[in-house]
Amino acid sequence: MLQVSIYRFNPETDAEPGMQEFQVDTGGKDVMVLDVLEQIKAEQDSTVTYRRSCREGVCGSDGLNINGKNGLACITPLSEAVRGNKLVIRPLPGLPVIRDLVVDMGLFYQQYEKVQPFLQNNTPAPAIERLQSPEEREKLDGLYECILCACCSTSCPSFWWNPDRFIGPAGLLQAYRFLADSRDTATEERLAKLDDPFSVFRCHGIQNCVNVCPKGLNPTRAIGHIRNMLLSRAA
Amino acid sequence: MVTAVTSLGRSGLSDWLLQRVSAVVLLAYFILIGWVVASGIDYVGWQALFATAWMRVFTLLAVLSLAAHAWIGMWSVLTDYLTERLMGTKGNVLRIGLQLCISLLLFIYVIWGVQILWGN
Repeated sequence: MLQVSIYRFNPETDAEPGMQEFQVDTGGKDVMVLDVLEQIKAEQDSTVTYRRSCREGVCGSDGLNINGKNGLACITPLSEAVRGNKLVIRPLPGLPVIRDLVVDMGLFYQQYEKVQPFLQNNTPAPAIERLQSPEEREKLDGLYECILCACCSTSCPSFWWNPDRFIGPAGLLQAYRFLADSRDTATEERLAKLDDPFSVFRCHGIQNCVNVCPKGLNPTRAIGHIRNMLLSRAA
Repeated sequence: MVTAVTSLGRSGLSDWLLQRVSAVVLLAYFILIGWVVASGIDYVGWQALFATAWMRVFTLLAVLSLAAHAWIGMWSVLTDYLTERLMGTKGNVLRIGLQLCISLLLFIYVIWGVQILWGN
């Protein structure tokens, strides 16, 4: 039997949050953490609340803190997460908890919004698409794959302390995705908005974001590229 | 764009660059001091070393680098933990008070350093 400890908080009835213990029989199979949650919800306590949708690591809904490490419950197998037959599941750290494992992502989205995550180009539109060379397109690899699950930003201490001022790894990865795009012409305006002591420079390069990203992306490297662009612009 | 009036250079980029450059200066200085001490030195040798202009200039550069490095570093720490978001107005009052104390201390260190280097 797997020992599962789940963070519970119902704002309507609970004064403060607590951990609830469950015993789960996985039949010895190496299932995903989400399967364990589904099994608990179906068989033991239907009030356990969490977000989930695609259950295959594409939608980014079920970012959770699993045995102390942020990750997507749907693509984290027990064999990878469980230590000593114990599984501790908490909501993503640093964001307000709405209920049980569901957090308010408002601050995270506000930072995402700040980087204006869309192509900006004021030159007259050509008759066909704005073409990119294979080399130009290659620059977007490792950037566009982000699914905004918030695992990285909520594992970043700089984001914990300043979620209102530091854009965070997820937002900065997207900031660089548009800075690096050959079709975007707002590079100067984008950089001008990032040159303050918080938005980019609150990153101290500890790479927690790289360590947890379920898609294997590297926000720290993207932040380094943004720094270099800011430096070349000012030098 | 987030504004920050108490940071050293007012710009994230200049603070970041200064932090990096001052770190390199400090590393070079402490390697030199470490090497001098490790290779065996007495009072007369130490006196002679600090009587040279290049050593005094280098030491002053290290003191200034230390002041800039500490200002930027401590400002980062204070703006992480003592903020209005976490503690309300008390956070701002505490942070600015501490920031002033740190700045004053660094100012004293710099002047004191100059006095040690070029005083009697």
